[in-house]
Amino acid sequence: MTDGLWSRRMRLLGGLVLVTWLMLPLIPLGVWSVARGWFFPDLLPTAWTLEPWRYALSDVGGVPGSLGVTVGIAAGATLLALIVGVPAGRALGMHDFRGKRLVEIAILAPVIVPGIAVAMGLHAVFLRAGLTGSVWGVMLVHLVPVLPYVVLVMAGVFANHDPRLEDQARSLGAGPVAVWWHVTLPAILPGMAVAALFAFLVSWSQYILTLLIGGGRVVTLPLLLFNFATSGRNDIAGAIAVIYVLPGVVVLAVTARYLTGRGVALRGVAR
Amino acid sequence: MRVALLLAPALSVIVVLFGGGMAVAVSRSVGWMPVIGLTDPSLAAYAVVFADPDFWASFALSLHIALTSTALAAVLAVASALLLRHSFAGRGIVAFLFQLNLTVPHLVGAIGILYLFSQSGAFARLAYQAGAIAVPGDFPALVFDPYAIGIIAQYVWKEAPFIGLIVLANLQSVGEDWEGVARSLGAGPWQRLRHVVLPMIGPGLVSACAIVFAFAFGAYEIPALLGASHPPAMPVAAYRAFTDVDLAQRPRAMAMSVVIAVVAGVAIWAYLRAARRA
Repeated sequence: MTDGLWSRRMRLLGGLVLVTWLMLPLIPLGVWSVARGWFFPDLLPTAWTLEPWRYALSDVGGVPGSLGVTVGIAAGATLLALIVGVPAGRALGMHDFRGKRLVEIAILAPVIVPGIAVAMGLHAVFLRAGLTGSVWGVMLVHLVPVLPYVVLVMAGVFANHDPRLEDQARSLGAGPVAVWWHVTLPAILPGMAVAALFAFLVSWSQYILTLLIGGGRVVTLPLLLFNFATSGRNDIAGAIAVIYVLPGVVVLAVTARYLTGRGVALRGVAR
Repeated sequence: MRVALLLAPALSVIVVLFGGGMAVAVSRSVGWMPVIGLTDPSLAAYAVVFADPDFWASFALSLHIALTSTALAAVLAVASALLLRHSFAGRGIVAFLFQLNLTVPHLVGAIGILYLFSQSGAFARLAYQAGAIAVPGDFPALVFDPYAIGIIAQYVWKEAPFIGLIVLANLQSVGEDWEGVARSLGAGPWQRLRHVVLPMIGPGLVSACAIVFAFAFGAYEIPALLGASHPPAMPVAAYRAFTDVDLAQRPRAMAMSVVIAVVAGVAIWAYLRAARRA
């Protein structure tokens, strides 16, 4: 059945407009990263160069170090979130219990409440604990958006998990550790991998949490990118921006089929 | 009992980090800090904030940004979802870009918008080549502007695919049978959209919009990059007060971030209400 609002020709046109609009903001970033002297009113740079990339990849601009910090924080936050989040996902996905709705609200709230509201309060606590300005403090505060995300995705994964497999293994004499290692883990592993990849991206994208808790001493890639973009170094900002979107592209290539509106996987990535 | 054990670690982390952060923000906003001997809570910071016309300017600006971005993104999302549910040449590319867009951090989108919309940006250059302007200053201010056009453009660019994918999934799970029935009863395309499609995708659309609204109201880096310096958007105003050398500004910063959290609370309520109807 054809849709009354989109005739065949309009559909093609609509698709074309949509593609252009989706690509448009990303194009100048790529062009700037290889531009030498791209001044108004030139539509294209007068000369091309790899200088911004050479600068971005050398130690002078601080990008490699910042890249390491960003990856380390995201990986650490993801690991912590998996450790505490997977059991909670199981509880929400496989059990009905009193107060479940309240628990769901508690897990939903950090997804919706903007980070700035939480981080200003936490700053005082972290200051006292000596966690401000440290990588560990930033990693912990990243748990605020990352953990609920992992719990929600894992609840979806466990909702499709069949507990009878575990019962069978137990009846054959397997202990709890053996059941987890040989039955549960292999069954949830694909879903857990998707949760981990997107949890990584959620941490990867954080700005204000890092700025407030890191106090400018923990310089992750987005902070560096912001600094170059606001200091008028469009060429270097372009190169960093390209580096900064790469993990997302890789994750998408691996998981495209999970990223539909049906799964919860995309909920957290909107932030 | 078993459930409680499974939930305990995650809930403790959320209660301590999220609940604790919010609790400290609220207690500092009312000036209750027992550690330094302030045990007499007052609403003074709120009185100061609410009497300040600059606060209301920031509040109105953020409300405008959040409402306009959400409305535009929702319309575009529904149109795109209706487009994407049918096959056409290039559908795969559009669907891929929709997903790709979700993984691009907001900050990158904001810088892209800056390079497109600024007075020496790509659009201004196109306008020059077309003979419409002579110098960059002739080009209308689309970033750092009082109407927050650049900020809204960024949110719409990033959030329309997010809402669109959720709407698309709803459309696909509902199917087109009801629309067929409506059509056979003589309903035109707009009537089918209004009376059949929208009611069915409503809950999913509203819950996605609630998330987008709260984010657009409270996100910092986008208005910090693309916004006018005065009035600043709410989160930028709160951050400025927080980092002010005058520590007396801190309670005001906390009060502003509590206001942001309250607005987000309204969004949570809308989300839950929509989710119940789903």
